[in-house]
Amino acid sequence: MVPFDVPGHKRGRGNPELMALLGEKCVTMDVNSMKPLDNLCHPISVIREAEELAAEAFGATHAFLMVGGTTSAVQSMVLSTVKRGEKIILPRNVHRSVMGALVLCGAVPVYVDPECDDRLGIPLGMSVSQVARAIRRNPEAKAVLVNNPTYYGICSDLRAIVKLAHENGMLCLADEAHGTHFYFGEGLPVSAMAAGADMAAVSMHKSGGSLTQSSLLLTGPAMQEGHVRQIINLTQTTSGSYLLLSSLDISRRNLALRGKEAFARVARLAEYAREEINAIGGYYAFSRELINGGSIYDFDVTKLAVNTLEVGLAGIEVYDLLRDEYDIQIEFGDLGNILAYLSIGDRPREVERLVSAMSEVRRRFSRDPAGLMKQEYIDPEVAVSPQVAFYADKESLPIEDTAGRVCSEFVMCYPPGIPILAPGERITPEILDYIRYAKDKGCSMTGPEDPDILRLNVLKGGL
Amino acid sequence: MELWFSESHTPNVKLSIRVDRQLYSAQSEFQRIDVFESPEFGRFLTLDGYMMLTEKDEFIYHEMIVHPAMAVHPHVRDVLVIGAGDGGVIRELCRYGDISHIDMVEIDPMVVEVCRQYLPGTTGSLDDPRVSIHYEDGLKFIRRKNACYDLIIVDSTDPFGPGEGLFTREFYGNCYKALRADGIMVNQHESPFYDEDALACQRAHKRIVESFPIAKVYQAHIPTYPSGHWLFGFASKQYHPLRDLDEDRWNARGLPCRYYTTMLHKGAFYIPAYVEELLKHVEAAD
Repeated sequence: MVPFDVPGHKRGRGNPELMALLGEKCVTMDVNSMKPLDNLCHPISVIREAEELAAEAFGATHAFLMVGGTTSAVQSMVLSTVKRGEKIILPRNVHRSVMGALVLCGAVPVYVDPECDDRLGIPLGMSVSQVARAIRRNPEAKAVLVNNPTYYGICSDLRAIVKLAHENGMLCLADEAHGTHFYFGEGLPVSAMAAGADMAAVSMHKSGGSLTQSSLLLTGPAMQEGHVRQIINLTQTTSGSYLLLSSLDISRRNLALRGKEAFARVARLAEYAREEINAIGGYYAFSRELINGGSIYDFDVTKLAVNTLEVGLAGIEVYDLLRDEYDIQIEFGDLGNILAYLSIGDRPREVERLVSAMSEVRRRFSRDPAGLMKQEYIDPEVAVSPQVAFYADKESLPIEDTAGRVCSEFVMCYPPGIPILAPGERITPEILDYIRYAKDKGCSMTGPEDPDILRLNVLKGGL
Repeated sequence: MELWFSESHTPNVKLSIRVDRQLYSAQSEFQRIDVFESPEFGRFLTLDGYMMLTEKDEFIYHEMIVHPAMAVHPHVRDVLVIGAGDGGVIRELCRYGDISHIDMVEIDPMVVEVCRQYLPGTTGSLDDPRVSIHYEDGLKFIRRKNACYDLIIVDSTDPFGPGEGLFTREFYGNCYKALRADGIMVNQHESPFYDEDALACQRAHKRIVESFPIAKVYQAHIPTYPSGHWLFGFASKQYHPLRDLDEDRWNARGLPCRYYTTMLHKGAFYIPAYVEELLKHVEAAD
């Protein structure tokens, strides 16, 4: 095939450094949509087949291959189900992409308090009774969104929430950015499609092993494929990367053939790591013992999350020490916890290094735990919708002068990327304390226009 | 028939040894294990194709990884040896009657088994009643140990593959913790000569310097290792390798050696200028 189409590097010939960097195979696979290779915007041949195989593997009615990250999948899910002024019920600890979708479409969030574990200081799942209360108070809401699981591996009772939503004429959406393996492993929490949810955003590039930025959007029988495709095409590129698409397809194959055994191995490795870390003392690597039937209905045992407060160190401090002193990069550290991401690519020898390094961090750096702050759930006051706040007239104030005002932008620690403040929420002194403390401890803060977060944008006037 | 074993020391340099026959070859859970018989070096063991020891020159390595620390520390009772599945380190240690216990931690039981069968010259002391063999990951074993050894000998393979955990900061830190207040750690420290080896050597030294108040290196000539110029690390909480060397005490033991002498001990710590430079570079970076 002689390429007289884009991309202009022409199988790498026009950019030898790129070819040397990525390798010949990689650049020759970076091609454009064409009849024999189908078109992601309107798939009818090979991409369509890949989507059908993915749907079958994940037990969905349809699967959309996504190349704009799970952010794009989550946003398409929200944009497919709620419009301006309509309500969506969701836990406050959603990923920023959900809030972004609300800014785009103008829907109004109804937050369910995810409850907070007192010792761990992490937001949990939604209990069914809390969701039921939110539904009773907002019977006109269109959809309920559930994290399945949270970043920390905590699951709500998804089956019951799906049932409740459907009984009340609402759709149920699942953010499964951290749950790809639920579809293949054994003894893991229920997947969204198995629980009867209507849509699920699945980060294949996290536990599924595909390339970064590739993702899947799954739909159940209640969703109309053509409508969802139109919504996806509003914001997704018309030049879908074949590297990402092929990585999705080959990862789906790998999971379908070897997923069960691979995730059993990951679970064993995580279990071993928890035993060893808990034997060090001070650290608390938590697991299924947290299950309480409500806000922690189930736990994803492949997640290795460790509370660090009794070692006298904030999670973010342990995160930094592991990287700077021991050349170990973990997924994230928050105020009280760290998360080490274990996957199908891990081997026992790396786990030994992690555990030994944590033991050394405790020996060399542990302190009196007094004075360490836990992450607490601050019940947000939604003064106006995220869209109204984001586009409203605003003014920039020094952050210490913003208490009582309505924020017009996001503030979050990244990762995990869960907003501390979202547009439309009222700023309180507790929130400002929290931001100050997180900055002091070295959390990487993102969101506001002012990258140093010395100033915040708030709505003009008395609101 | 021409039968040769070759090992690449760099992508552009290799060492070849004529082989009479291959005595053993198998893949264990961790690595490929081979034993050959050669006219020049006698029998030799390779792991994943890398030379571990030959009957002809193993005495240099094993004497040099054991005796310098034994001539410095005045009362070694409890010793931990990590790696060393071939038994050579244990053989040298068992010559000291005042050592009361040796824990040997080897990740791969198959290495020990193969060496017992084909290299009886090094494995002879593995059944000494003072020796306890533990088949597990060295990093894991030492995590649980606290101030209970006088001497730790790290007889590791290279800093890639199953042995890579034994070149990490967390491992050296755990060794520090496992040693008594006057303990010494000696480690196989790679070669300073070829670029890639030199980098590994620098990295290991940097991590040891960060973990121990005294961290020196010393050298030996080992013909079958890359470049033939090999280093050992001497890391210590209290004793200095030269100032605390007690020549009379060690010589009074009357242990005949073919490479080590207390005179050579002193010379071994005087290293070439370029190696000093290499090491100073990472010491200063701290």
